[in-house]
Amino acid sequence: MSRLAIGLCLLVIALFAASLLIGPAGTGPGESLAALFAGDGGPLTLVMREIRLPRAILALMIGASLGLAGAAMQGYLRNPLAEPGLIGVSGSAALGAVLSLQTGLAAAFALALPLSALLGALIGMGLVMALAGPRGGSLTLILAGIAVSALAAALTSLVLNLSPNPFAANEIVFWMMGSLADRSFTHVLLALPLMALGALLLALVGRGLDALTLGEDAAGAMGIDMRRLRLTIVTGTACVVGAGTAVAGAIGFVGLVVPHVLRPLVGARPSRLLWASALGGAAMLLAADIAVRVILPARDLKLGVVTALVGAPLFLHLILKLRTERI
Amino acid sequence: MPHRAGPCILAFPRASDRRRGSGRRSGAARLACAALAALGTLTPAALADAPGRVVSMNLCTDQLAMLIADDGQLHSVSHVALDPRASAMADEAARHKINHGRAEEVYLMQPDLVLTSTLSARHTTAMLRRLGIPVITLAPANSLEDVHDRILEIGAALGREDRARAIAAAFDEDLARLRATATTRPSAVLYYANGYTLGDQTLAGQILLAAGFSNAASAAGYETGMRMPLEVLAMTAPDTVVTSRRYPGASRAEDIMDHPVVQALRHSSTAAAIADHDWLCGTPHVLRAIESLVRTRRALQGDGS
Repeated sequence: MSRLAIGLCLLVIALFAASLLIGPAGTGPGESLAALFAGDGGPLTLVMREIRLPRAILALMIGASLGLAGAAMQGYLRNPLAEPGLIGVSGSAALGAVLSLQTGLAAAFALALPLSALLGALIGMGLVMALAGPRGGSLTLILAGIAVSALAAALTSLVLNLSPNPFAANEIVFWMMGSLADRSFTHVLLALPLMALGALLLALVGRGLDALTLGEDAAGAMGIDMRRLRLTIVTGTACVVGAGTAVAGAIGFVGLVVPHVLRPLVGARPSRLLWASALGGAAMLLAADIAVRVILPARDLKLGVVTALVGAPLFLHLILKLRTERI
Repeated sequence: MPHRAGPCILAFPRASDRRRGSGRRSGAARLACAALAALGTLTPAALADAPGRVVSMNLCTDQLAMLIADDGQLHSVSHVALDPRASAMADEAARHKINHGRAEEVYLMQPDLVLTSTLSARHTTAMLRRLGIPVITLAPANSLEDVHDRILEIGAALGREDRARAIAAAFDEDLARLRATATTRPSAVLYYANGYTLGDQTLAGQILLAAGFSNAASAAGYETGMRMPLEVLAMTAPDTVVTSRRYPGASRAEDIMDHPVVQALRHSSTAAAIADHDWLCGTPHVLRAIESLVRTRRALQGDGS
């Protein structure tokens, strides 16, 4: 276990450093790091501190929270297909964010944008949970997820098409696929409070999820309050997904792939999967964000393109596995 | 005496009226006009050519036509001309009928002439021509010399050559006066939504040069229609960054202009120029853009000369 932790930490640190050192400015690593830490006030310092550092920090934060949310939801629903992007929580958060931006609410007070996205995520999550039921089987969960994401995507497109801003309609892709291009510390500060709160809530559910592997009755006998566990997971997930989506759009598949890959390595214990998935999610999103910059440096290739290319085949594999298990 | 052309031309029935067999105008009025023309007030050719009911479907032809057309000659302008963010003549446009550049509505206006840009919806132009309506397309102005030419082209299309020549001459004179002041050149980058920039071979690029700036994006190898990444903008470190005006509603594309890097390069709020409605079209209003940019340059260089 500790070897896994050390390995994942080293991976995240290496990818974080790579994310700081790769960019169109094309400067040497030593020079770049000197400008980052020493700060002579020159243009390179501006690049390192105002462009690359917030981007790398956001990738770390959002990746970790998506991994954490995926692991918590899969543990609670005991279903490997549960993932904020797939079941429409990210899409609903994007709708909340778009609504607050286009109505001008986001400009009214600082945290209006992430709070609106949180509200959207809560509604989306509530809808899916209500439609699929607390012990939702794979089929109902996925159907409810498809319904909620389709509705959220359609409404997001509608709002952006109705906007008086000529650029807004082109940004449908951003809200559906996600991107970290040209984000600044403003966005880090916007996302941080809610994301920290959500991560704290999700970090507390490990014992409950472990007990839940024995079944709901056994968990209840062990003193786990199921209603409270459910509320904590719903709120925590909505917080981290809402805050992340508000600044970077809806990024799918991270919460699906990472827990799936790491589950065998932690002995399938949900409490250990939580922190491992947080680290793994951070690594995956940092890697994806490096990939979009290396593949097409001059264009704003969306993160969701890369995560879906990795995630969709895995998703198909999971469905096939579930089908054979049922038979 | 160009101002007399309007009433006279109106005395002639439009082609469409003739098709409908409408005999609203008396033969006497026509004769009177012909007599005037014969007396040399107007050449008969100009009289026959000048359209009496003109519809413009493009922001730039809207503004040029409003400047040059005679009273009552310009029937309709596009809805974009009403938007003060894009149009330098929004108030003026409000006095005309508004069209949305759709073939059906423009045809129903029964124009003698339609003005539009070569970049406008090609299918609409082709449809109008099929329906027998003459359409003149105007290429966009990519330089200040083009502005002069476009003024004369619209003047010829409207049968208002004298007025067009006067406007073009005044434009050349003012431009020469503004250009003469340029001495040392601070560097600037035109930075628009999504990080797009413009090079020297564009109207905005020419405005920049005429106001005494050098285009740092071109110097860094970023030409028209290319995205200049924020990082490259920061490393180029131009003396100022000219951004565009934001539209209502929010967009992530325009957020880039509020990024700390761009704000840091915009020097100070007094020296930060905004590319607005004066920059968009090749009309004499570009002189106002140059004038305000010259003020920006002087503030930047810290002298009042």
